[in-house]
Amino acid sequence: MHSAALVIIFLTVVIALALGLMAARGKQMNLEQWTVAGRSFGALFVFLLMAGDIYTTFTFLGGSGWSYGVGGPTLYILSYGSLAYVLAYFMLPRIWRYAKTHNLISQPDYFHQRFQSKALAMLVALVGVVAIIPYLQSQFTGLGLIVEIASYGSISGVWGMVIAMFVIAVYVTLSGVRGSAWTAALKDIVLLAVVLFIGIALPLHVGGFSAMFHKIDALKPGFLTFGSTAMGIPWFVSTVLMTAVGFYMWPHAFGAVYTAKNERVFRNNAMFLPLYQLILLFVFFVGFAAILIVPGLTNSNLALMSAVTKVYAPWFVGVVGGAGMLAALVPGSLMLIGASTLLSENIYRPLSRNATPAQVQLVARVLVWVIAAITLFFSANSNATIVALLLMGYNFVTQFFPAVILGVFTQRGANRTGAVCGILVGVIMVAIFALTGTSIIWGLNAGFLAVIANAIVVLAVSAATPGAAVIEAPATAATPAD
Amino acid sequence: MAIRWLAILPPLVFLVGVFFANSVTPYVMGLPFLWFYISACVVFTALVMIVVYLLDPANKGPELQD
Repeated sequence: MHSAALVIIFLTVVIALALGLMAARGKQMNLEQWTVAGRSFGALFVFLLMAGDIYTTFTFLGGSGWSYGVGGPTLYILSYGSLAYVLAYFMLPRIWRYAKTHNLISQPDYFHQRFQSKALAMLVALVGVVAIIPYLQSQFTGLGLIVEIASYGSISGVWGMVIAMFVIAVYVTLSGVRGSAWTAALKDIVLLAVVLFIGIALPLHVGGFSAMFHKIDALKPGFLTFGSTAMGIPWFVSTVLMTAVGFYMWPHAFGAVYTAKNERVFRNNAMFLPLYQLILLFVFFVGFAAILIVPGLTNSNLALMSAVTKVYAPWFVGVVGGAGMLAALVPGSLMLIGASTLLSENIYRPLSRNATPAQVQLVARVLVWVIAAITLFFSANSNATIVALLLMGYNFVTQFFPAVILGVFTQRGANRTGAVCGILVGVIMVAIFALTGTSIIWGLNAGFLAVIANAIVVLAVSAATPGAAVIEAPATAATPAD
Repeated sequence: MAIRWLAILPPLVFLVGVFFANSVTPYVMGLPFLWFYISACVVFTALVMIVVYLLDPANKGPELQD
């Protein structure tokens, strides 16, 4: 019975929607509560939200697809999260404190307050939305593939994406970020169980871990290390640096920082979240096993689902597909909330000064659907791989980092003119790279070079225009302990 | 606060150490050496941050709740 797979996936989605509705019931939803849940989450929910950010379609299908398709360079995915948490230990408590003091809701609010520039805040909002679209697109692409494979071809990938878009948009409209937290709890448990199972069972299916790696090494010498492709060690180092510093620059990740109950949560997370990264290994093992189970796929994104379909019965394909659905639903909903809040709060509200809060909230909810539809359009017309989409988003979003880090740790290292010029230079470079299909220059990640250029411009312009220097660095709000 | 300088170690083991670890052999725990090395770096990062957290005075005393 092939339809068992689709039935199980459908039930998973129904459960996720029910959890979202339960979370929303009995709560009066204003915009602040809708987005940051009244700043009342404890360590556990922040942990789940942040972990939910990591385990997405990108790691589940994209990560296994990369270990299947490119091998060694996949290790960047295992590396950058750990370094992001180390940086977070020092950076996030200050950002959280500053956001709390000034009642900030979204990422551009931070730039507005810190650099006293409405134009900069709007630029940040716009770049944030541009970065979110390829990220969201990677989730839609993955969902489309899951539905297509789990239906054994009877539903096309495009219709799968349409269904996925409706599920995510309905879900966000009904429940906001609390729904994400509940579903994140479900998702983490299901995904962990599924990934551990197939990450061990599939390598055993092809003769065990050591035998699997030996076979791949004999089949493709150099595949398991750096250097067999254009992605050598310099690419690894530059990509890890770029993605580690960009990790919390995503609008939804920056916004999730505000939901913490206290600042110690972030320092606490730095101890345990790196270990959580290790379950990524099992996803990569699935991709390696797939090299031996389903060799020669033209679309490497299909590696995990194809291997599972080849080895297991339809009901289990449904369980794996359901887990994949949840993996896309949680980050997808956070990204949609992030993008719609950016446009409603930071572009619509400043442009229409007498808008009531109810109007802004209505605009946010309508924008959820508009952004979802735009993303669907791009997804249906694209053949990009999931990892390539994510790296494109990172190229954009990392351009915030030089201004943020200088703003957090120095009084005068960056001013408003410097921040605007730096972000513009970085974003223009990245846009050119995207349009010309350039991802590697001199063996380095092209986005990394854009961040370096951006940082130089921020420092130089800020030094040359001291008159625009502002005012209140987050450090002035510091407790004596920090 | 000097303990916070320990946090420089994780970036070093990942980004400098990798130049010396880019090899399939020897296999450790069934993994190619490079894969074992990067996994070990992840565990090492957690251990370093546990030491930093426990010794950092910012984490002493009652949590600043509100």
